[in-house]
This record gives sequence, structure tokens and C-alpha cells, in this order.
Amino acid sequence: MTKLAGQSILDSLAGRFEAFEKSLNGQSKSAVHQVRKEAFASLNQTGFPAAKHEEYKFTNLTKALEKNIDFGANEREASLSSDEIESVKIAGLEAYTLVFLNGHFSTELSDDVSEAGLSIETFNSVAKENADELAAQFGQLASTEDNPFIALNTAFSQNGVVINVEHNSVISKPIALYFIGETKKDQLFYNVRNIVSVGEMAQVTILEKFDTIGGEKAFSNVVNEISVAAAANAKYFKLEDDADNTYHISNVKVTQAKDSTFTANTIALNGAMVRNNLDIRLEDQGCEANMNGLYVLGGKTHVDNHTVVDHLMPNSNSNELYKGIMDDKSKGVFNGKIFVRQDAQKTNAFQSNKNILMTNDATVNTKPQLEIWADDVKCSHGCTTGQLDQDALFYLQARGIKKEKARAILLHAFASDVIENLEIEAIQEHVEKIITERLEK
Amino acid sequence: MSNDDQILEEFTSKEYEFGWTVDLEADEAPKGLNEDIVRFISAKKEEPEWLLEWRLDAFRAWQKMVEPQWPNVTYPEIDYQDLIYYSAPKQSAKPKSLDEVDPELLATFEKLGISLTEQKRLTGVAVDAVIDSVSVATTFKDTLAELGIIFCSFSEAVKEHPELVRKHMGSVVPVQDNYFAALNSAVFSDGSFCYIPKGVRCPMELSTYFRINAANTGQFERTLIVADEGSYVSYLEGCTAPQRDENQLHAAVVEIKAAKDAEVKYSTVQNWYPGDKDGKGGIYNFVTKRGICEGDNSKISWTQVETGSSVTWKYPSCILKGDNSQGEFYSVAVTNNYQQADTGTKMIHIGKNTKSRIVSKGISAGHSQNSYRGQVQVMKRAENARNFSQCDSLLMGSLCGAHTFPYIDIENQSAQVEHEATTSKIGEDQIFYCQQRGIDEESAVALIVNGYAKEVLNQLPMEFAVEAQKLLALTLEGSVG
Repeated sequence: MTKLAGQSILDSLAGRFEAFEKSLNGQSKSAVHQVRKEAFASLNQTGFPAAKHEEYKFTNLTKALEKNIDFGANEREASLSSDEIESVKIAGLEAYTLVFLNGHFSTELSDDVSEAGLSIETFNSVAKENADELAAQFGQLASTEDNPFIALNTAFSQNGVVINVEHNSVISKPIALYFIGETKKDQLFYNVRNIVSVGEMAQVTILEKFDTIGGEKAFSNVVNEISVAAAANAKYFKLEDDADNTYHISNVKVTQAKDSTFTANTIALNGAMVRNNLDIRLEDQGCEANMNGLYVLGGKTHVDNHTVVDHLMPNSNSNELYKGIMDDKSKGVFNGKIFVRQDAQKTNAFQSNKNILMTNDATVNTKPQLEIWADDVKCSHGCTTGQLDQDALFYLQARGIKKEKARAILLHAFASDVIENLEIEAIQEHVEKIITERLEK
Repeated sequence: MSNDDQILEEFTSKEYEFGWTVDLEADEAPKGLNEDIVRFISAKKEEPEWLLEWRLDAFRAWQKMVEPQWPNVTYPEIDYQDLIYYSAPKQSAKPKSLDEVDPELLATFEKLGISLTEQKRLTGVAVDAVIDSVSVATTFKDTLAELGIIFCSFSEAVKEHPELVRKHMGSVVPVQDNYFAALNSAVFSDGSFCYIPKGVRCPMELSTYFRINAANTGQFERTLIVADEGSYVSYLEGCTAPQRDENQLHAAVVEIKAAKDAEVKYSTVQNWYPGDKDGKGGIYNFVTKRGICEGDNSKISWTQVETGSSVTWKYPSCILKGDNSQGEFYSVAVTNNYQQADTGTKMIHIGKNTKSRIVSKGISAGHSQNSYRGQVQVMKRAENARNFSQCDSLLMGSLCGAHTFPYIDIENQSAQVEHEATTSKIGEDQIFYCQQRGIDEESAVALIVNGYAKEVLNQLPMEFAVEAQKLLALTLEGSVG
């Protein structure tokens, strides 16, 4: 038998899975757990992505995890002061706040949400009380077969939330999920699984923010399954500003029904290696998918954004704008795929990826990919990589603005169209502030 | 009748113009591939010991390699033991001049529209004609020799200029570069060799014409172009094959070396038999083409018009090693019926102030799949590198596909790299505009396609541009409506 990539991870996971099964007491026969067991078996068969795997060509996450993360370590409670928890929240954001410490939902720190048409429950409680109903949704959008990290997440899923927005409900405030990891003494590995269903004509905004506090290494593995029903409008924000030695992978799987709109805003600012997979299926006509991304990187941060938009039916639109600024020894990877299937006539799909390199040690690998099987479509993609416009810099300097300041102004301008797309003022200000601090350094 | 009508008219009746075969008595190797075959080919060509060793090394390397699976094409597995690796038209002795060449052979090329008899030629194009595996004639050799230009078949070069061949062969495309390059290195039979000495500007277009004639054979030729300091050459390549039901393999290697201030322009009009309209038969065209701008200020330009082959797998590339060197790639790839093309380029920026430009136009019709796959790599020390890539796809009909896989890998902050791609169909308004002015739909499409491909066609030498335009019209014949 050939050795699987990431075999050492699989070996240390075996014990952890056993312990996890034991901790479930009695629930191990439920339909939800069957899904977990299958996922674990499939993971043991496929292993993790090998070094030359096309999708992980520039991001050898398997090797990094094997080297850095102890998968045998058990889950544990976080010890964080309330100041530390407050510090990661977005100032001035009016939202339903839910806090997760080391992946576990914290009732004390979270708001008690009661709004008509909205139900938020933890994954665990649904798994206990309504296992069959959950099993019908769980793993439906996120397939374990082609993605080992989804399989890993599925096998250990117990943390996260199940959000249901009923038909015609317009949710008054954004739902903010804060995931805070504590690594003061020990390493941390946790999984989060969120399942969101947005009913017909409903509107909702969901924000996820990932932070790690402490000096040890951490790995977080997140899977979101989001289904957007007909004519609904869902907005999804992901803010990731982890510690320098945090490894993070997120898989967001979205399906859209007729005339629905989905907007994803993905902001990556720090971490050791961050991988975002955003996968949107436009399953019916009249859909609109918007993807905005911003990565402002320094140090040795490695951020990899993979997006897929799959146009299955006619008359849908997708827009994608990803921008990145790479400083120091950071590395930015972008792979955007647009599929336009044979039936998807009259599709409009646009994709743009722009990068600025600040040093010669920074790298960018970008692959904007179009695969089109329908003829009556308008699809375009563009990507640019370069440095700041020297003329513009000179223009500002000639007007008495210091070089550092001038540089920051230009970079701000570069990032501004993505930031403007964020729409919610508090989030815009939060991102602006971090970038400003970073740029004026 | 307008010119466009004529073109269309001319091609409506026939599917593939060059589908005939000629009964040429051929000298063939037995089917199959093993070390003995490699030795057989080497012995047939009376090659020196070093070249045999080189071939054997390549063969051993090839045995350890696996066929690449990553291209976006599908084809039934090739049985490499079921092919004939050497086939040469029988000639009593090596002809000393054209008068001694088998008249049947000359007639074959005449039929292809390529006259090998120099005095009849009006245009100044020197041709090296390769049929099946062997170069049969090279024209204008003496005229070129006066300028010190060496232009001859590969096997002749091995005999007469072994030092040059030995020095440069395999230096751009190493033996172990990829599966098909290794296969070619082991069994290559002939090809063209061209050397332009220092400071010489080649006065005429050099051209190689490839023709597959025999059945069940693979064609494996090698072209090596060495341009010394300050020289210039424009090189053309054309190819056709008979219409057969089985697929034939063509795995060629082209290597270009440009020294300081040298410029090489390489143009291809590829018109291998594409298979019939149900996708039966056709050539598998798996070609490795690569050029290196070794010296400062050198330039390599690839222009290709790809209309033939059932499966194409080809990435003419430039390694921009010298400072201020330039690489260019212009391509029109047309696929119709069940053709598949996965083609593009690699631009590797190593030197300072290097520039590259990629213009790729894909046109897919029928049930075909057309992919652009390209890489732009800027190494850490390549200061001020500049690249502009444009790859557009035009879709005709709802059953074909167009795909784009650009890889852009940048390690230097001063690089300026731009890539843009669009996919669309011919606008109804464009056709309406033409129709309003009395141009019927089919001519309108031919007109629009020609306009779309103009940027690339303009790069071709004149004679080729005309041929290419006709080819475009022919390939897309009947794909409208």
C-alpha cells in the first residue's frame, strides 16, 4: 500500500476520534454520527492533499500541519479574561453577538437572540434533540469525498451553529459569530461547523470573525453550509486576523435558488497559513453572486483564496473582486474558477484579481480560471500584479507628503473599492483601522 | 463574387484538402519500441556513438516516466508498442541534387503546393521537406551557405556539424523534460537544423514542411535553431497528413537558442488531419517547443495558427535569461467537430528588464474543447519584468467549450504583470450589421472571425497569412447556424 499524504496526522487522529465517540454517550448510534463515521472512514482512505495536488500546489497545508500541529491533543477549555474577549470584537457593530471559545459556544458571553423568524441553535443541541432533521442537512452541501478537510471537519463536528431564517423574515441586525482560540500554554485544534438556511424572500447578514490569543500554535478548520432559497438575500462576512502561528482552513459551500442574491466578503489579515475555499453553486435562474476579497499581508503570512462559481442555469450573474497587498516575506495565492455549464446561457461572469508586491521576498501566485461550455455568455477575467505607481508616489511627494505616508495613501486607495463593498460601516472602520496601522508601520 | 465568398465557396465542397495518400515505397522499422529499435534507428541514420548513447539515455528515462494526465484533453490510451517508429520513403541513395530525387516525391510536394524545384519558385523561401520521418530535400542550401548559414536536415547536421549539434541539442529541452520530449529524444528520426552565424540577417524565410504519409507510424522530428550574436532569422513550419481512420502520433521537439542581440521568429501553421466530423481519426499532436533568449537584448517570437490535429498539446515557451530580452507568443487556435486543443505558452523571466507579450485567440465550434494554459513566471532577480497577456475565446455553437488556465507566479515587486481574458460569442448585432449591408451570415462570420484573429495573423509572413486565413474559413465551415 502506498503511504498516504498526512499519514502521521491520520495516526494521531485515530485516538482522538475514539475519545470523541466515547464522549458522545449514547448518541453514537444517531443519524448524525453515522455521517461522522463515514467521513472519518473516507478521510482514512484518501489521506490529506499530497504536495503536488493541483488545488494545493502553492499551499502545502498537509506538510505544514504535520510539522506544526499535534492532532492527538484533546479539546480543552479556554482561559480568557473578559477584556481579552472584548478586544477582538468589532467596535460599534450593532449585532447579535455569539461567542465561541476554543470552538465551544459560550452561553454567558453570548446574546440571547429572540427575533421572529430567526432560530439560532448550537450544532450540539440540534444533534441531541433533532438528530434526524440535522442529518438531512448536515453534509448535504459539503461533500467529504473530494475534500479531506471537510471530511476531517465532518468527522469531528459538534461545534458551531445551525441558523434558520424563515420565509419572508428580514433579520434586523447582523449575526456576529466570534471564534476565539486560546493558546497561552498549549496548542489548539478545533473544528467549527455552521449550517445556515435562508428561507424564501428572507434577508440576513452573518459575520464570522476568527482570532487567536496566546503564543502557541493553533489550527482551526471551519466548514459552512449555506443554502439560500428563492429570492432571498444573504450576506456573509469572514474576517480573519489570527495570531502569527495559526493555521486556518475554511470551506464555505453555498447553493442559491431562483432569483436569490448572495454576497461573500472575505478579509484575511494575519495567520501562518490561511486557506479559504468559497464554493458557490447557482442552481437556478436569476441568481446573483458577489465575492469580495481583501488580503493585506505581512511577516511570513501565507494566504490562499480559492473560489468557485458554478453557473448551472441561464440568466445568472456573478462578480468577483479580490485584491491583495503583500509585504515582507508574505505569500498570496489566488485561484478563481468560473464554470459556465452548457445550460447556463446568458450568463454574465466577471472576475478580477489585483495584487501589489511591496518587497522582493513577497510572492504572488494567481490563477484566474474560466471553464465555459455555453456560447451565449459574457465572461471576463483580469488580473494584474505590480508595484505602486511610481509617478503617483512622486506626485504626492512633490506636494510635501512623506514617502511612507504617500505610500499608505496609495495603498488605501488600492484597497478602498473592496472596503466600500463591505457596506456595514462598523466593519469598514474596523478593517480600515487595521490596514492603516499596518501600512503606516 | 467577393473574396470572402470565394474562400467559402472554395471550401464548402471539401472537408480536409490534404487527406490523400501517395503510394511511396517506404523503408520501415518493425512495430514496437525497445532498445533495439532505438539502435536500429541510430544505425539507419549512421549516427556516431555519442548520439546513440544520448538516445538510449532518453529511452531509459522515458521508460520510467508516466504519460501526463493534467492536460484538459481526453483520448484513448496510446499503445506505444503498436506504432512504427521509423518510416522513410525508399530512395536508392542519398540524392546529390534535386534532379535525383524520386519524381513521385516531388509530385507529392507539388500537390501540397510546395515546389521543391528552386528555379520555379518566385518567393524567396528555403524549404526543408520532411516526409514521414525523413528529410527529403532542402532547397536554396547553397545560396544560404554563402552567408555561412547552415540549413539542412538534422541527420545531415549530425554528420557535417557534429560539434554544433552536440553542443546545443537538448540544452533547451532536456531529455527528461517531459514524457513526449523523452520519447522524441529516443526515437527522433529527422528534422531541421539551422545555424545563423554572427551578425547575419537571413535574407529569406526558412521553412520546414512536414508530411505524414505512411500509416501506423509516429512522426518524431526535431528542430534546432541556433541564432548567433546579432543575427536574425524567420522560420516557418507547416504540416499536413492523410485522412485515416486511426489516430496517429506526432511528438516533435523544437529548440531555439538566441544569443546576444539575436532575433528568431518562428511561425507555425499547423494543419494536421483533424479527424472527420464524428471525431474519428486524426493526429495526436504532442509537441514540446521552447526557446531560450540566452544573450542580452535577444528576442524570440512564436506565432502559431492551430487548425488541425484531433488532440493538440503544445506550449511554445520562452526562457528570458538575458537582460532586456523579449518573448512573444501569438496564437490562434481553432477547434471544430470533436477536436481538442490544450495550448498556450510559458514565459519565464529571469533576466532584468525582460518583456513578454501573449496574445491568444481561441475559437471553438462544434463539439470541440479549446483550452488556453499559460504560465508567466517572474523570478526573484528579474527586475522590471513586464508582461501583458490577453487570451480571448470565441464560442460558436452551444456544444463546445472554452477554458482558460493562466498561472501567474511573481516573486519580484517591480514586475508589472497583466492578464485579461474574455469569452463571448459573435454578437447578433455584429452579424445584423453585416447582413444589413448585404453580406450573408456565413460571410459575415468569416469576416468577424478574421477580424478577431487579425492581431495574430498580422504577425505571420505574407504567404502564410493568406494560407492561414483560408484555413480559418475552412475549419469553421458549416459551424454557423
